[in-house]
Amino acid sequence: MTPEMFFGLYVFVLAAFVGYGVISGVPPLLHTPLMAFTNAISGISLVGSLVAAGAQYNSFSTVLGFVAVLAATINVVGGFLITDRMLKMFRKRGGGRA
Amino acid sequence: MSGLAEFLYFLASVLFILGLRGLTSAETARRGVWLAEAGMAAAVLGTLMHPDIVTYKWIIISGGIGSAVGIAMSALIPMTKMPERIALSHAFGGLAAALVGVSEYYHHTHQLGHELPRITMGALGFEVLFGGLTFTGSLMAFGKLQGVIPGRNITYPYQNESNIALFVTAVLMLIGMIMWPALSWLLYPMLFIAFGVGVLLVIPIGGADMPVVISLLNSYAGLAAAATGFALGNNVLIIAGALDGASGFILSIVMSRAMNRSFTNVLFGAFGKVDEAAVAVSSSGAEVREASVGDAAMLLSSGSKVIVCPGYGMAVAQAQHAMRELADILEKEGVEVKYAIHPVAGRMPGHMNVLLAEANVPYDALKELEEINDEFAEADVALVVGANDVVNPAAKTNTGSPIYGMPILNADLAKACIVLKRSMNPGFAGIENDLFTMPNTVLVFGDAKDTLEKIGQALA
Repeated sequence: MTPEMFFGLYVFVLAAFVGYGVISGVPPLLHTPLMAFTNAISGISLVGSLVAAGAQYNSFSTVLGFVAVLAATINVVGGFLITDRMLKMFRKRGGGRA
Repeated sequence: MSGLAEFLYFLASVLFILGLRGLTSAETARRGVWLAEAGMAAAVLGTLMHPDIVTYKWIIISGGIGSAVGIAMSALIPMTKMPERIALSHAFGGLAAALVGVSEYYHHTHQLGHELPRITMGALGFEVLFGGLTFTGSLMAFGKLQGVIPGRNITYPYQNESNIALFVTAVLMLIGMIMWPALSWLLYPMLFIAFGVGVLLVIPIGGADMPVVISLLNSYAGLAAAATGFALGNNVLIIAGALDGASGFILSIVMSRAMNRSFTNVLFGAFGKVDEAAVAVSSSGAEVREASVGDAAMLLSSGSKVIVCPGYGMAVAQAQHAMRELADILEKEGVEVKYAIHPVAGRMPGHMNVLLAEANVPYDALKELEEINDEFAEADVALVVGANDVVNPAAKTNTGSPIYGMPILNADLAKACIVLKRSMNPGFAGIENDLFTMPNTVLVFGDAKDTLEKIGQALA
């Protein structure tokens, strides 16, 4: 194993623990927005697909990159917007919206 | 990679975690979304500075179409269709990860002609495997929710054995391409096997188990994204993938626990076929008492406390607005109305909360199972709207029942119980519900939305 790979594992495991800790605190009330939210975040695969689509390595990679950017952008843009749309609906009794 | 890009990735990672933290309370949740949006913008900006990118043409076209589709989908989709939309976005996430993996592999081996390091190959293979099965599995889940594919559990002989054999084949191919770089072309057939595994994994799973499946696919999509991070040596991908994976994992656990079942049981023990003898044991033959709309209205308004137990039937009938209007009328008459939300009511985690929030029900009236279960005994009426298995007392009493041990809403303990139901067909689990035949229970047949509106009119 290369040192970079080990470093990656450290990052992964620590992030998983942080994620576990933080997400355990999300109330069931917000579980659907949580899913839409993490969906949007997982659209971070854009980081890979943007390069594939713009690097012009070869036409096969460009086509795959193009489709991947399309799918990931739908998730990022749609995911964030729909999370916000849902959260806007949550309001307290008599009070303002969340 | 430039220092600025590295810094932007770092910033994005921190913002994602802070954003997620915002979601721990309804007051701070929207701010959390904004933080994560800023993080995503930073990550994309950092990526656009990548030295390999020579043209922005395809990025702009596909990003433009993707944004337009994303905006349209999020603006137009009704809240009742949220499970479908989530399943679809898991499919997109899996697809994107798998395609990036294949593209990266093709670029290195066919174009540059050099072998990928074993570790990188392993990460790529993992990414393609999980991306592929998440893609087709989520499409299947979408199809089942949408009704394109029969929602019931579809079983055939040696189903689990053949599924496991297929998955093991894919894993062996993955190991093969890590061990012997000459076999790296196995990536392509493995992708197709992964597609097959995704389809076959979801086929046997019935509608009532969808919350677990959707959560699990969420987790897989995250793992695929994290693997992309390993393959590309990019930490923000690893972190975002780990967060997504952890979230899906936690939700899967919460959902399984709410059904008193293990992952393995949900995935490999198609619901309903568990114990058919138990159905006969339950009190079949007992008569149900049917009530008119007027009787129900009288019963509801005569008490001082009503607890509503919503289920998937409320979503199907789009009855959430009618429910809230009826609750408003009751509250005007001095009746306290609360909502008891079972974790697996509906087709995805939190499904009922979103629907009722859409109908303007304040979220402090939405109570979790543990929070409200002791209050049923003092409630005058439990109003069951399109829920079935989550209020089935057999879970508490009948050790032979397939749902025995599942935590349920104590609707049976309320002084009276009104069940709104379309017909006498059993629930998705195909189990008879003793609640319907209890002496203090009455049933009102018909479309839930229609019935709720009529009850409201009778009271107005």
